Amino acid sequence: MSDAGNRFRTLLGHRLFWPVAVLVVMLAANTVYRPGFLSVEVNNGHLYGTPIDILRLSAPLILVALGMTLVISTGGIDLSVGSVCAISGAIACLYISRAPDQDNLVTVLTALAMALGAALALGAWNGVLVSVIGIQPIIATLILMVAGRGLAQLVAEGQIITINSGPYRAIGLGHLLTLPLAIFIALAAALLVAAFTRRTALGMIVESVGGNREASRLAGIRSGRVVFLVYVVSAACAAIAGFMMTANVSSADGNNTGLWVELDAILAVVIGGTSLAGGRFYLGGTILGALIIQTLTTTVYAMNISPQTALLFKAVVVIAVCLIQAPAFRAKFRRRRSGTPPPPQSSPQRQKEQVPA
Amino acid sequence: MRNMRMPMARRRAMAVVAAVLLAGAVAACGNSDTGSGGDGGDDGKLVLGFSQVGAESGWRTANTNSIKEAATEAGIELKFDDAQQKQENQIKAIRNYIQQKVDVIAFSPVVESGWDTVLKEAKDAGIPVILTDRAVDSADKSLYKTFLGSDFVKEGRLSGEWLVENKKDATGDVNIVELQGTTGSAPANDRKKGFAEAIAADPKLKVIASQSGDFTRAGGKQVMEQFLKAHPKIDVLFAHNDDMGLGALEAITAAGKEPGKDITIITIDAVKDGMQALADGKFNFIAECSPLLGPQLMDLAKKVHAGEEVPPRIETEETTFTQEQAKEALPNRKY
Repeated sequence: MSDAGNRFRTLLGHRLFWPVAVLVVMLAANTVYRPGFLSVEVNNGHLYGTPIDILRLSAPLILVALGMTLVISTGGIDLSVGSVCAISGAIACLYISRAPDQDNLVTVLTALAMALGAALALGAWNGVLVSVIGIQPIIATLILMVAGRGLAQLVAEGQIITINSGPYRAIGLGHLLTLPLAIFIALAAALLVAAFTRRTALGMIVESVGGNREASRLAGIRSGRVVFLVYVVSAACAAIAGFMMTANVSSADGNNTGLWVELDAILAVVIGGTSLAGGRFYLGGTILGALIIQTLTTTVYAMNISPQTALLFKAVVVIAVCLIQAPAFRAKFRRRRSGTPPPPQSSPQRQKEQVPA
Repeated sequence: MRNMRMPMARRRAMAVVAAVLLAGAVAACGNSDTGSGGDGGDDGKLVLGFSQVGAESGWRTANTNSIKEAATEAGIELKFDDAQQKQENQIKAIRNYIQQKVDVIAFSPVVESGWDTVLKEAKDAGIPVILTDRAVDSADKSLYKTFLGSDFVKEGRLSGEWLVENKKDATGDVNIVELQGTTGSAPANDRKKGFAEAIAADPKLKVIASQSGDFTRAGGKQVMEQFLKAHPKIDVLFAHNDDMGLGALEAITAAGKEPGKDITIITIDAVKDGMQALADGKFNFIAECSPLLGPQLMDLAKKVHAGEEVPPRIETEETTFTQEQAKEALPNRKY
């Protein structure tokens, strides 16, 4: 086997190869449909174009999905992130809307601190329900998912709060080095999470708790504390995402801010290669997953696919991504093409990825 | 399993926590006035039981306030229930009203289907029912007396007619982009239909792109951003509600165009923020979808209670606004 062939095979086997391929195919299809799709121009001193839109709009999803990755890696799930987005956005916008000077930086920072504080409390609530009381994560966070929407509406008194605050707006629409500020915020959060999980033992501890909570506890890891922590981190990420979503339209809508973002986030995590059963997690994959989901949405608008078929179109792409990533499906496909006998199957059920001791 | 090995005391503690949570949730949801136990009609006042969808938007809140105020003014005793967007709550509320023997029941259905049984119960109890704002798809039209609400097709048609008039001197094609409401919802379907019918009168008016913005600002903005990049020449934006139009405003400004001048903007609803944008010259035209149907509802309730015949379909009194009209009307708007 030649060296180049080997390298190609390694590339093909990389777990991010197929998600990247799908992203490239989508971008290529868009470019064929409209050659100007990827073009970026300078407008008012910053970059302007569809790729920039995709990056900016995927920033909130990247944030939510980062938190979700950690939660899923412990074998849990956090359905409440969308509601946390709505609550944090509503609190921040309400405080700013009541302030005499909405452009005051101190006012905006106070609003952000208050909203973030509330989100941390909500995350702690989730964490206590799951780690201390021992309720199943899907149920524990479902409580806040449902009640949280009501809470957001209560904060906003059932209205859409419109604000006119320059500094707050900047979170969603500001620019740094000609690129949207939101991208840098998401990137900073990703680097922070990566540094804490990959440069310290924390990441491995999270994975080991997800692999086997009881064994981790017996090995001396305080599993409960780790589980509690990931829900707080998830809520914090969701809160910042909520700021971005509301800043993007300068208004907080308790009903619609972050609606269904939990599902998109879970999807991003899965596309990124993290197993829903817990264990190993891949932050880079999650970010890629979020980019794919946003590109898909933008594609629907850019190609003007009719709203009635848009959902089907999205479903087909998502199924395709999941299938080509599934080792079992790929093996079957290869076998049929080459006609060689099937490789010995391991267990038919998907195994949890265990962390090597 | 961890729970299996949990000591009894701890399991009991968990049950208590769960019970407290549940009680809290029930208390939070049960803020309706139906439980007050008043048996209607004792003091000769007409009793109206009304079940509202929820409080999901400024429009809905204005709708609720209008009904409450109109009831007080008309001397009607109102039993009000907020269904929190759940059909089962609404069915429960209607059954409560039937048990309390109210004189008239009115409600805004959360969804279109699944009402036959409970409406039949009301009919058997001899209580007339009025639908407000949204219709039901029951085949048996005798289950309710009348449907009071906006005509969404007409709202779309009025928007289209204004555009035909406004662009009658334009030369060359007029490119229109459309922001639809939630896919499959009645207002989205009907407004699209009415608009398309009206602009068919002028062949140079062309809808070049139409996408769903889900009735939200974020949705309207995101779709408009792509429209602006895909189509260099957009002359008109037709948004199925104010919020999507408001979101699109930001996208238009970011693209370096001036809303209201470079792109003519037509929306529907006339909520406060939308009227403000119209008065500021950023929108060009709004067809009203008025939530203030309280007085009409009270009027109808009295009529059906007295046994008078009422038409099966009654439109809410609505109007349209241009920029000048918006400036005049804005100080007096209730929502």
